[in-house]
Amino acid sequence: MNTHGQRTDSERVVVTGMGWVTPLGHDIETVWGALMRGECGMAPITHFDARTFPTSFAAEVKGFDVAPQLKDPRAHSTAGLNSQFALGAAAQAWAQAGLSERPARNMRRVGIYLGAGEGVIDTPNYLATNLGAWDPAIGKTNGVEWAKLGHSLMGAASEIEQEPNMPLAHIAREFGVRGPSYNCLTACAASTQAIGEACSILRGAEADVMIAGGAHTMIHVLGITGFNRLTALSTAGDDPTTASRPFDLTRGGFVMGEGAGMVILETLSHARSRGATPLAELIGFGSSADSYRITDIQPEGRGAAAAMLQALAQAGIDPRGRRPDGRPWVDYISAHGTGTKENDSIETLAVKRVFGELARDIPMSSVKSMLGHLIAAAGAVEFITCVLAIERGMLPPTINYTTPDPECDLDCVPNTPRKAQVDTCLSNSFGFGGQNDTVCVTRFVE
Amino acid sequence: MRHGAPRTFVTGIGPVSGFGLGIDPLWKGLCDGVSAIRPITAFDASGFVTSVAATILPEHFDIRSIVPKSHRKATKVMARDIEIAVAAAHTAVHSAGLTTKGTAEGVPPTIPPDRFGCHIGAGLIPADADELACAMFTSRTPDGKFDPEAWGRTGMPNLTPLWLLKYLPNMLACHVTIIHDCQGPSNTITCAEASGGLSIGESLRVIRRGDATACLSGGAESKVNYMGMLRQTFAQRLARVPAGASGTEAVLPFDPTACGTVLGEGGGMLILETEASATGRGARTFAEIAGFGASQCCCIDTVGGDLSGAGEDIAAALECALDDAQVRPEAIDAVVPFGSGIPSIDAAEADALRRVFGARAGSLPLVTIAPQAGICGAGASALAACVGAKCVAEQKLPARLNTKGSKALGVDADARAACAAQLRCVVVMTSGMGGQTAAIVMRRVP
Repeated sequence: MNTHGQRTDSERVVVTGMGWVTPLGHDIETVWGALMRGECGMAPITHFDARTFPTSFAAEVKGFDVAPQLKDPRAHSTAGLNSQFALGAAAQAWAQAGLSERPARNMRRVGIYLGAGEGVIDTPNYLATNLGAWDPAIGKTNGVEWAKLGHSLMGAASEIEQEPNMPLAHIAREFGVRGPSYNCLTACAASTQAIGEACSILRGAEADVMIAGGAHTMIHVLGITGFNRLTALSTAGDDPTTASRPFDLTRGGFVMGEGAGMVILETLSHARSRGATPLAELIGFGSSADSYRITDIQPEGRGAAAAMLQALAQAGIDPRGRRPDGRPWVDYISAHGTGTKENDSIETLAVKRVFGELARDIPMSSVKSMLGHLIAAAGAVEFITCVLAIERGMLPPTINYTTPDPECDLDCVPNTPRKAQVDTCLSNSFGFGGQNDTVCVTRFVE
Repeated sequence: MRHGAPRTFVTGIGPVSGFGLGIDPLWKGLCDGVSAIRPITAFDASGFVTSVAATILPEHFDIRSIVPKSHRKATKVMARDIEIAVAAAHTAVHSAGLTTKGTAEGVPPTIPPDRFGCHIGAGLIPADADELACAMFTSRTPDGKFDPEAWGRTGMPNLTPLWLLKYLPNMLACHVTIIHDCQGPSNTITCAEASGGLSIGESLRVIRRGDATACLSGGAESKVNYMGMLRQTFAQRLARVPAGASGTEAVLPFDPTACGTVLGEGGGMLILETEASATGRGARTFAEIAGFGASQCCCIDTVGGDLSGAGEDIAAALECALDDAQVRPEAIDAVVPFGSGIPSIDAAEADALRRVFGARAGSLPLVTIAPQAGICGAGASALAACVGAKCVAEQKLPARLNTKGSKALGVDADARAACAAQLRCVVVMTSGMGGQTAAIVMRRVP
């Protein structure tokens, strides 16, 4: 594959629209403003009664109504929370890209690549069915009783909405998309992977425009239970707003978030043909698998480093080189930075492995300190923060940073945002299960 | 296909189906006109519209004997879908004659680990009903409902700490990449029945762009469980099979009297490899993956699973695949369609075939495996791809069952015995619930 600089306009991929629905707001300006003020979206969980759970707080999306953004809200009346977030973010991105006024040449060459998670379980009815059919005398579920309860308690719409490709189906329907469409689910890496593969589809001339991103919520009984049992969630609940502490010595796990991030990617030649304004250019993507253990990250950061190196190679960037003015070629890394002991120290190690001595000169912050961890949607939201950092010359901070950790000794932009010349960023996402993805985005230059 | 991209060959196939592990029992069963549809014995399914499925039997494989000793403990956290994927990968690796960490630890692998990718189509894996209900039974209100307060206080530890890891869709790829040390690009596609086909398309893209030399590619799923059966019932996809009926005559692809499908368990993994790697090691080649196409249907009933009216969209994927392979429709000698026996989808597929092949659709042989192997969810298109590759390699078409009136839809799918055939190219196409279609052109390698 040609590296950046050797690509033709039909191989260059630009971002022309962005949108997000997050715990800190439902549009680009509101959320960016909150990030620049170091605000935090965490609070006690309201989606269900979590008061006695080891973790009773999360970063929930508040007061969001997708209907005003839709052409025909009735067409999406069955949409679950996941799909609503996806539709809201996609509608913003579609609008910013001006795809209604200056449409794509051919809707068969408009595709979708999402990293969306499964929909929300119909918890009360699902659990009522399972508990009602359980026969404690024999220690087994009574199948006939389960079928009877399941058919009567659960409903078609909410069950089908749990399929992970439903956000994609809703978006296709809303915008009339008929090109290549995928949903991937590689846990926390999903939407970064979606953006990367969407870029690959565009470069391979399979499409002119791709809607890419992710949506997810796991703030439900079984989601919080699952991560609590894995001891991956922060349980420091005295003040939820200080619970997510990436790179800090006192960090104790991530805080669950929810929401969606979507971007419009298109080939430069297509963007030019319809007069769209490039916001940034996507120049590199790397993907790897840890291939190590089910529960642990490869301790030397092998997989994470491989993803970063592959993205940089595709971008034509020498990680050990400097620009003529002395700056590293990468100005900012949006860290995966979950706030778990293991992730943050290994990510630090991996970044050093890639950039060597230069690693210390590259700011690397985690917006998960403010937004929580949007799981499958995290990567897309963080990609958008990279584009905004380039556009506005500001770096979002890592808040709640109080105690340095010698194993996380890079510049995490502690506590306050920073003005900076930002031309090129990496965005890292590492999935539970070992999938690692990095994308490289840069300022668009003709 | 882009100029200069490597040709990609199928050098190994690892189907897992109701016939057992590997291509030999499957091929024999298909050619002999035998059906693997049988009564479900894993649980009492008599409360559902059907109590038959093409199930994998305990004697077909023992997961503990398949995985290397170092991974044996991890079998405890494998849901059935993960077991199927691991078994399929094992079979595919052996079929291709590859040495991996999983076949011989400590021996240099055939494919360098960082050049070995893995793309797996996966479904929504439901929690084991017995495990969940047993753990939650003590967390009930006096009237028998789930009590989150009690669950948070005392119940949650009843679930094993790694409980969540059995059910994340990307854990299929997690286990497979660990066992075979695939450190290259890895993804999990979750687009219902199209997942396996889209995964093969993604592996092809990754190999063509130079990011991998070989990929394990396919999909696996079993919906033969309470939630899977309920959701498929809600989606109105299942044929009603009265208690006591064998079900082997229940699925009638493209027949005017068709009334739904029967589920199967299984899927398959394929080894996709560059021509240079395959020829360099003298590998047996089943077929070339000559072209790939994908599309999205946005017809009014997409959300909810009805693909009726989607013929134009399915045809678009097919046309993209033919363009990519640089072959004309006349070069296609057989098609492995989804062929589920779900009337609306059969009609859409037949419409697509007529659009692309014109009058020739009436005599273009279709390979319909659903009456024998059922529909294996996210594994369906991967299983079909294994069969397609075998057809090309053997220059033979397996038997077809049940259907008598496919002429009404203008296609050739009526029951008949297996026969020799000259097959230059075979297309495998699958449309999944949610509207995604994947089409693959497999070409004979002389």
